[in-house]
Amino acid sequence: MPEGRGFAPQYASVQHRDEAAEIGIWVFLATELLLFGGLLFAYFVYRHANPAAFAAASRHTDIVIGTANTAILLTSSFLVACAVDALQAGARRICIMLLIGAMLLGLLFLSLKATEYAGEYHEHLVPGINFSFAPPLADGAELFFTIYFVATSIHAIHMMIGIAVLAALAIMLRRTASTRLCAALRTAALYWHFVDAIWIVLFALIYLPGRSGA
Amino acid sequence: MTEPDYLNSSYTLRSWFLTTDHKRIAILYFASLIAFFFIGGAAATAIRIELATPQADLVSSDTYNRLFTMHGVIMVWFFLIPSIPNTLGNFIVPLMIGARDLAFPRLNLLSWYLFVAGGCVTLFAIVAGGIDTGWTFYTPFSTLYSNSYVIIAVTGIFIAGFSSILTGLNFIVTIHRLRAPGLTWYRLPLFVWSLYATSVILVLATPVLAITLVLLATERFFGVGIFDPKIGGDPLLFQHLFWFYSHPAVYIMILPGMGVVNELISCFSRKPVFGYKFVAWASLAIAAVGFLVWGHHMFVSGQSLLASLVFSFMSFIVAVPSAIKVFNWTATLHKGSLRFDAPMLYALGFLGLFTIGGLTGLFLACLAFDVHATDTYFVVAHFHYIMVGGMVTAYFGGLHYWWPKITGRLYSEYWARTAAVLIFFGFNLTFFPQFVLGAEGMPRRYHVYPPEFQVWNVLSSGGATILAAAYLLPMFYLGYSLFFGSRAPANPWDAPGLEWQTSSPPPELNFESQPVVTRAPYQYRTDFTAEPQNA
Repeated sequence: MPEGRGFAPQYASVQHRDEAAEIGIWVFLATELLLFGGLLFAYFVYRHANPAAFAAASRHTDIVIGTANTAILLTSSFLVACAVDALQAGARRICIMLLIGAMLLGLLFLSLKATEYAGEYHEHLVPGINFSFAPPLADGAELFFTIYFVATSIHAIHMMIGIAVLAALAIMLRRTASTRLCAALRTAALYWHFVDAIWIVLFALIYLPGRSGA
Repeated sequence: MTEPDYLNSSYTLRSWFLTTDHKRIAILYFASLIAFFFIGGAAATAIRIELATPQADLVSSDTYNRLFTMHGVIMVWFFLIPSIPNTLGNFIVPLMIGARDLAFPRLNLLSWYLFVAGGCVTLFAIVAGGIDTGWTFYTPFSTLYSNSYVIIAVTGIFIAGFSSILTGLNFIVTIHRLRAPGLTWYRLPLFVWSLYATSVILVLATPVLAITLVLLATERFFGVGIFDPKIGGDPLLFQHLFWFYSHPAVYIMILPGMGVVNELISCFSRKPVFGYKFVAWASLAIAAVGFLVWGHHMFVSGQSLLASLVFSFMSFIVAVPSAIKVFNWTATLHKGSLRFDAPMLYALGFLGLFTIGGLTGLFLACLAFDVHATDTYFVVAHFHYIMVGGMVTAYFGGLHYWWPKITGRLYSEYWARTAAVLIFFGFNLTFFPQFVLGAEGMPRRYHVYPPEFQVWNVLSSGGATILAAAYLLPMFYLGYSLFFGSRAPANPWDAPGLEWQTSSPPPELNFESQPVVTRAPYQYRTDFTAEPQNA
């Protein structure tokens, strides 16, 4: 193995390696899209079968927290995008500050989400634990809330992974800003934006039905 | 030998279990797959013994359900799907494209650990008492009524799914970015094309299985209804989601086999594959159209007739690229300088068995016939002709073809040919009677049957004995060759592929210097007369 090359032997150059990483994350995001796609498919099938119940159930979601969380995530994505630019411009400290800001917003999102879950628990909206809903729409509403909890908790797991990745990068950036970390940050940023984009779709599907024109 | 090869560069356990060398990881996969093949095969053996008589004499109904579920789950997820991609693909693809490794070697190792972890979790479910749902986990039985270890089993499959995804991702990036200078897409060996198509399916279909299993486990664990008709859920939605993965998964299981057969037929006909571009694009066409045919598993489920018609039509369409391949392989043989070495015998076996499997697939794509044959042994025979007659035969063929490269040793050609012929006859004797049984109406998944079916079942069980013995044979002569076989030359088949241009076994970084490619693949010399094998 060539010594001191700084990149793995299967690559011809640093740029070669970074391009591979970028294709890799796009392929990974395609996988993620299909993961959420299966869930969204189930949502659409059931919403098509129970339009009234889905609208009624949606009106029981907390649109204030949902909207706030959407704004929070969009802001965090903006910070992550700035962090990538900052690092490419050589501003390592600013990059770290921006990442910390994005992580804090991510944590804020998760705590608001937890508050929202607690509220739904008190309103008896958690299927399998304490679900009650006015008939005759109870069945469809239970389907809505089951998918809601599965989708948002899988999204939350993605958020936690994203925060952990940003934290690891911020810690590594304290010591040095190698080209490898630059590429890693671009990759992590794509993932963060993707999780953000998924939330925007979830927001529209969870909070908005039954609220327009009502 | 100037440089140590990948096998003798280090002997510590650590150098194996923490290796990032694609060749060593391929060996790790190979060893684990043998274990799973034996577990799945043991279940098949018990099934065939039970079915030798019409009465229940070996196991109870409940145990029988658990046996065929175990056979299906292990063979599909822990043998067939990873078989060629993760062993031969892992080993050969970087060599074929002139790369030093896959794009993400550590991810490759992680993929193996995930596979083993998923396998252990699933094995735990089996040891703890088994699963009785069939490998398809149909709801509401799997969520509401089954008393077996469904959640643990699907957790194992969920974990192994990520192993599949990471492998597919690694191959896609590797094939895009790590081809040697001059190695354009149309100069790639067709094995690489077929693994590329396979990887696309792995990456796009597996996550849908993952989310489906999450929904299934959620419904079962929390007692909520997602697929439960009592609260407006739809069991058919589960079937749609499941087959959206599991039908493309059939192509995950056959495309790599087709890829291997390209290499074998070309090498032992000493000719380029006829219609290279058609075969290359046929792989991608199968991957693409394969996503649009899942509903043919649901013709009797109550889905709309219009949907059934469309799925039936698409199922006929997906046969076209497969047929293109079969015709082109046959045309490759035409006027070739044929040699019947063991790998070629496997390839020819594949050609016959896959064709029977494919043609009976067309029967089943017909709505009218499928209604008659649904859930009968006709379906069982059909997919075993593809999965076992096709994929496993191709796997053995590829294993023999690349064995000298992988191990640096030559095996006994006599025993290898014997095993290839025995596998072909044993396989046909096992599964052809099942076509007859199915056409006569014997349903699958029952362990008792009317006495008039016995003669065909005895034939099938008898064939299974031959098949089992034939599958055991390579264990002995290949194992023997590891220690006592003569040393393999770098290029025992006089083949032009890049993997043959480096030593056997290859050095740690595959090539002494970066290969450069200047011509199309399969440019064989036809004056090849040397006897490479010791008899």
